[in-house]
Order: sequence, then C-alpha cells, then structure tokens
Amino acid sequence: MGGDEIVLLNGWFSPFGARVRIALAEKGVTEYELKEEDLFNKSPLLLERNPVHKKVPVLIHNGKTICESLTIVQYIDEVWKGKSPLLPSDPYQRSVARFWADFVDKKVYDTMKRITRTKGEDQERAKKELLEIFKLLEGELGDKPYFRGDEFGLVDIALVPFYSRFYAVETFGKFSIEAESPKLVAWAQRCMEKESVSNSLPDSKKVYEFVLDVNKKLGIE
Amino acid sequence: MAPSDVKVLGAAPSPYVNRVQIALNLKHVDYEFLEETFGSKSELLLKLNPVHKKIPVMIHEGKPICESLIIVQYIDEVWTDGPDILASDPYDRAMARFWAAYVDEKWWPTLRGIRNAEGDEAKVAALEQVMEGIMLLEDAFVKCGKGKDFFGGDTIGYLDIALGSFLGWLRASEKMADIKLLDETKTPGLFGWAERFGSNAAVKDVIPKTEKLVELVKTMAARAKAQ
Repeated sequence: MGGDEIVLLNGWFSPFGARVRIALAEKGVTEYELKEEDLFNKSPLLLERNPVHKKVPVLIHNGKTICESLTIVQYIDEVWKGKSPLLPSDPYQRSVARFWADFVDKKVYDTMKRITRTKGEDQERAKKELLEIFKLLEGELGDKPYFRGDEFGLVDIALVPFYSRFYAVETFGKFSIEAESPKLVAWAQRCMEKESVSNSLPDSKKVYEFVLDVNKKLGIE
Repeated sequence: MAPSDVKVLGAAPSPYVNRVQIALNLKHVDYEFLEETFGSKSELLLKLNPVHKKIPVMIHEGKPICESLIIVQYIDEVWTDGPDILASDPYDRAMARFWAAYVDEKWWPTLRGIRNAEGDEAKVAALEQVMEGIMLLEDAFVKCGKGKDFFGGDTIGYLDIALGSFLGWLRASEKMADIKLLDETKTPGLFGWAERFGSNAAVKDVIPKTEKLVELVKTMAARAKAQ
C-alpha cells in the first residue's frame, strides 16, 4: 500500500511492542518510523496518543491512533489482509486463537513480573504458576509446529516475545524453563527461525540487564 | 429462524452472560439456556471451560466457545444474516475493541470498588474513580457514535454490548450507594444511550431488573457474614 504513514511508539524491551513489529514484518510492512520510548520519561506524543493507558506500543497509521498490542495486531491483520493472514478463516478456529491469545495476555506477563520482582514464597508460587501456564500452552500446541497448525499466527505472535524474557526469569528464579517446558522452548526456537521474529525480539541478556535496572529504579532489591 | 444447536451455559445476573444473550438476540438465534447455580460450578462447566472455569460458555454444534467478548465475535462471524455487531472498517473495529477492553480491565473493577469500599472516605474515592471512567466513556461515545444512537452507529454494536451489559449493575450500584452515575447534564450522551440500549428488543428481557440485583447483593452479603 503506497503512501502509508506509519509510526510505532515502542520500547525495545517491550514484548507487547515486539508483537506489533512481528505482525508488521509478517505483512511485509517495513517502511515505518520506530520511535523509542523511555518508560521513566514518556514523550509528549505518547501521552497525547495514549492518554488512557500511557503505555507502549502505540501505532499511528495515517494519523489514526491504535493502542493495546493485540488490538493493534488484529488491526494490522485486517488492514493488510492480502498477505499472510494471522487468523484462520473458520470462525470456530478464530475463536480458539483469540481465546489462547487472550489467555497469554491475562497470565504470562504478570506471572513473569512476579518472578523477577518478588522473593521467597511469593516467588516460588509465581514460578509454579508460570510452569502450569506453560503446561497448558504446551497442551494446546500439541505436536503442531505452530499454535494454529502449519501456519504462524496470532497466538504465536502473542506469546513468542516473552521468549526473550526467559533468561531473565530463569536467572531470577533459579530454574530452567527448558527443563520443565521443552516443547514450548522448541516451539519458540522454531519461531526464532523466522526473520520477522528474530528481527523483532531483543537480546535476552540485554533484557535481563534491563529488568535489573528497572528493579533498581523501582527500589526493588 | 430455524432452531440451531446453540446452548448458553450461564447465570442470569452475570453481565458477561448477558452479552452473549444480547448478541444471539440481535441475530435472532434461538438458544437453550443452561442455568448454572450461583456460587457453584457444575461438572459440565468444568468440562467445557477447564482453563478458566467461568461462565459464559456457548456451545455451538457441540463445540464450546469461552470468554464473553470472544463469543460475541464468534456469533457475529457465524450468523452473518443479521446486523453486523463489529463494524467493517478496521479502525472502527480497533476502537470498539480498545474501549471494550478498557471497560473490562479498568472500569468494571472500579464499579465493584464502590460496593467494597468501607467508610465514607473510601466510598468517595471509589466513586471518583468510577466517574473518571464514565467521563472517558462519554467522550468515547461522542467519538465512536458520531451523533448516532449507539457506539456502533445506527444499530447496537460490540462496544454497546460490552458496556451495556453492565447497566443492570450500574443501576443497582446507584440505588445501593444512593448516587447518580449517569446524569442528563453531566453525561448526556451516555444517559440517552442507556435508555435506548436498555429498552431495545434484544436487550430488555436480558438485563436483570435493578431490584433483583440489589436483592442478590443482600443475599450474598448475608451468606458471606454467616460463613
């Protein structure tokens, strides 16, 4: 689509922003302005375009603002509908994809945050919960290459950005996600073979440093 | 409309369940309502929604669909004869999704907060939070509705259903706390919208009566005290 003006307000560390970058890449949309945000010093543009949540990512497409990563991903899928559909065409399969994307949204980030921000019993509980969440996801994945089957789609996009947080979570929690959820890690590595994914995810060690830094800024030991 | 193999597992007072009922009514789809006893979960529910163990669950052609807004989208995509629930324009769809998520994640918890607030100061603070959200939604109504009857335009849409399903509980909160949340002068858009939504044929027999919900809260509070 010629003449599109696209701006993405993002944070390199944000798994939610990564979802949008992956979706754009899947659609072959490479011409856009990527504006890096500092969450401790949010730009006037971010506060103006997302006054309700003041969060990244924010997509500005020909002047129109879209917020909330999964809403943005679905928007991208619907606008650039000619190429690489991110959702299946069957309504029931679509509802299944939306269900699991929603499940990832409700559970993964908060549980990971508890592992990196708490200690002792709270942390142990969070670790146990994360592994249970991963077990459920592995169950849904089964033997399929991607959540939808042969094609990469919404649920993969919703979940795979958290792969770059695995190292941080493992280091804080002193456990191995691969040992407990090998199928999920294998799936993540399969996704990483796609350029759209590997170009959109930050380096795991950098994410770990970032999480340490955020904890320091928030006064968490 | 030919009867279809549609069942809804739910409870009448649940706004999430009401969303599904409204959507099915809009599409003139007959369904069987399987009532879950409030406070306990049936084996059927645990079997059909093992992940969240929550109502509503819609069963269509033997397959379960969970999460109210996901069910509403499914209904919209399967029964294409009736009016569209989600607009066809991607940006309008994104706006509806954004605000529906806001209602669920941010606004509804503040409404529940009024009931849970103990003491006058806490109640005032809780009310302030609810009103902040209502003013945002009033603004959204003006932007999304573009002067028409509903958020969705001329007909009830996704965001109307998402927010409107809470009208019963909103009115019950107004009654119990002796406050006005929707006001003709302060929130003229939402005030008019609430009347139109509530009296719509697809909605009026679904949203529980205010008195019933107030009774339910009293029963639940008594039960909680007795434990």
